[in-house]
Amino acid sequence: MSDVIETEAGAADTGTTRMNMIQAINSALDVMMARDPNVIVMGEDVGYFGGVFRATAGLQKKHGKTRVFDTPITECGIIGVAVGMGAYGLRPVPEIQFADYIYPALDQLVSEAARLRYRSAGEFIAPMTIRSPYGGGIFGGQTHSQSPEGIFTHVSGVKTVIPATPYDAKGLLIAAIEDNDPTIFFEPKRIYNGPFNGHWDRPAENWSKHPGGEVPEGYYKVPLGKANVVRAGEALTILCYGTMVHVCLKVVEEAGVDAEILDLRTLVPLDIEAIEESVKKTGRCMIVHEATRTSGFGAELSALVQERCFYHLEAPIERVTGFDTPYPHSLEWAYFPGPVRIGQALKKIMKD
Amino acid sequence: MASDHPRANLKPLSLHVPEPKFRPGDTVDFGEVDVPPAGSVRRPDTADKAQDFADLAYTMVRVLDEDNRAVGPWDPKLSPDALRRMLRNMALVRAFDERMFRAQRQGKTSFYMKSLGEEAVSIGAAAALADDDMCFPSYRQQGILISRGCPLVDMMNQIYSNNGDKLQGKQLPIMYSERRFSFFSISGNLTTQYPQAVGWAMASASRGDTRIASTWCGEGSTAEGDFHSALTFATVYRAPVIFNVVNNQWAISSFSGFAGAEATTFAARAIGYGIAGLRVDGNDALAVYAAMSWAAERARTNQGPTLIEHFTYRAEGHSTSDDPTQYRSAGEPTAWPLGDPVTRLKDHLIALGEWDEERHVAQDKELAEMVRDAQKEAEKNGILGHGLHQPLDTLFDGVFEEMPWHLREQQQQMMSEEEASGRPWARK
Ligand SMILES: Cc1ncc(C[n+]2csc(CCOP(=O)(O)OP(=O)(O)O)c2C)c(N)n1
Ligand SMILES: [Mg+2]
Repeated sequence: MSDVIETEAGAADTGTTRMNMIQAINSALDVMMARDPNVIVMGEDVGYFGGVFRATAGLQKKHGKTRVFDTPITECGIIGVAVGMGAYGLRPVPEIQFADYIYPALDQLVSEAARLRYRSAGEFIAPMTIRSPYGGGIFGGQTHSQSPEGIFTHVSGVKTVIPATPYDAKGLLIAAIEDNDPTIFFEPKRIYNGPFNGHWDRPAENWSKHPGGEVPEGYYKVPLGKANVVRAGEALTILCYGTMVHVCLKVVEEAGVDAEILDLRTLVPLDIEAIEESVKKTGRCMIVHEATRTSGFGAELSALVQERCFYHLEAPIERVTGFDTPYPHSLEWAYFPGPVRIGQALKKIMKD
Repeated sequence: MASDHPRANLKPLSLHVPEPKFRPGDTVDFGEVDVPPAGSVRRPDTADKAQDFADLAYTMVRVLDEDNRAVGPWDPKLSPDALRRMLRNMALVRAFDERMFRAQRQGKTSFYMKSLGEEAVSIGAAAALADDDMCFPSYRQQGILISRGCPLVDMMNQIYSNNGDKLQGKQLPIMYSERRFSFFSISGNLTTQYPQAVGWAMASASRGDTRIASTWCGEGSTAEGDFHSALTFATVYRAPVIFNVVNNQWAISSFSGFAGAEATTFAARAIGYGIAGLRVDGNDALAVYAAMSWAAERARTNQGPTLIEHFTYRAEGHSTSDDPTQYRSAGEPTAWPLGDPVTRLKDHLIALGEWDEERHVAQDKELAEMVRDAQKEAEKNGILGHGLHQPLDTLFDGVFEEMPWHLREQQQQMMSEEEASGRPWARK
């Protein structure tokens, strides 16, 4: 991972510590609030309480309540206000409590934040980073489980970032906050506490033994737009992000297939070079995401790979996704693209 | 900014961020909460114009006084039987909540939400409305279903997502849908039900129907845009709808100040829209009943919408996922100046000579047993556990009326996964 660390010259070399993803996000916010007085954090329940997932715990006490505060329950208002704050010169980091509740904010995001730079010829920008927990696997039913990233990648002018480890979460969040464009930062809540490998019926793991749980205490960045090769291999390329990175690693290990696994980390802008390089090398490409299939980000990935690597492909591209239904409550694990679904696709793509 | 800036002499602005009166560890004194005496608020004619009683949005309709008597112009003068029915329903909601909360703690389901302290809001409303008036509730109006006679076992089946759950385990626990009880499918997304209720009411009016609609949301939820869209439509078309804002002071960890309560009341939201606004003691079942009946009469006589703020207190956590000791003083629930709604109605009935402590204890015991029996019955249909209870292929039911090819393909794929998994789930 060291290839992607961008530590600032002169930044205090503070050593590393074990963090879960919540703590890493908290640390990123803390570091950025200390470095830049323009960074403010707001959202439903993020202030005194510190967020329903505790991601902002302690920040209000430390940085004051005019920089870390609760908001009224109006997602449209939260993002609209963040546009105005950005116009003034602040760098807001609003939280949307669950990705499932981001839809009331769509107009402010799609019609305003995403286009402000373009329509004002750069006079105004919207340098906000919208944090939001997303994804399933916690028996949250249809309104605490969705993966709507494809809605945002379809909007021009918004960046979409999804970390898969505490280390990446902190480094990517800092990069997103410093970035001058509006960024959606989706946090895979199923892996807040540990690298879930898809086996829901086995004991949960935590981050304490995972290399990605070793996190520098100070400032560092993981640059936007750079994928991470989490496993090098020759047999096929697996493109994934968020929770599915860990599920894919496990499936590949269990199947004994020499897969190359790319954690995309940023969907827009996408690390197309890393994708091309890998697929041209392996000749096979499988795409895995938890989101619904139709018009999902996998469709975009599949089109890109086909356009750029067609003559290198030895088998049709495989897409493994959630089903095109709302996220069910009790049949959560039948819905989730787990080891069996991925395993079957793996067999199929390796057959030809 | 340099000191030669033309604004250098002006006083700097400062940002106001609301702060609740009490935090964990603080001694609670609700002395600042303005509670007018019971019976002190006038009752306008239901045909009066909204602007002629705008002052009612800033006071509080109360019926039960400190001596447990029903007083003043809003006293609905209900029969002892009707009062006992309300008391019983409130106690039943409480027993049901208690049991289901515990079931969640025992790992039998994923989630539960109580309405402790707020029982009068839904029980009083359900008693005042006709059973076929359409309700668009939030997640804390289980009292309406219980009042309308929804079998407890059916509600529990939904909570357990078991094979008796007619929603096929698709929804989070307590997100009921009960068309037969004129109770709309509950959404997890706040305040979406508000404009929907208006639409239903407009439809009813346009068809010359006699049924009205009623909807509920929390005070925190009034911030959502949907709340304001609903009020605009309702006033424009004089829709026969009742808007209820359940002001239980808290929205998860955020106090009502984050929804605007430092500046005005929630009832006063009505005024700018030209809608009738009432503010009632939400822990007084008779006040709730009276206000709802009044609003229902306005709606039924084409006087249009009414917004009622029910001033109450969320006596426990937001849900089973919440720990209120993290953000509010533990002394708040007991210090709440409007008391407990069940105790107040009980004491009123006792003061009337229509009830006594022994009967109350006996009733509580009977209700607890009734709920326990229902629970046993429901658990025969299973408890939440990794999808054992629904036929797998139901996962795809109801996305569309007819299943398109791509869902059919995905459904087949899911069944083949199940075969391959070596642990096919029981198809009960
Ligand atoms: C659109 C949307 N945003 C956020 C949430 C998360 N959420 C669920 S309940 C709640 C608080 C609601 O408080 P209030 O309206 O006062 O109702 P109460 O829970 O007190 O009955 C929040 C923020 C949600 N469910 N939907
Ligand atoms: Mg509330």
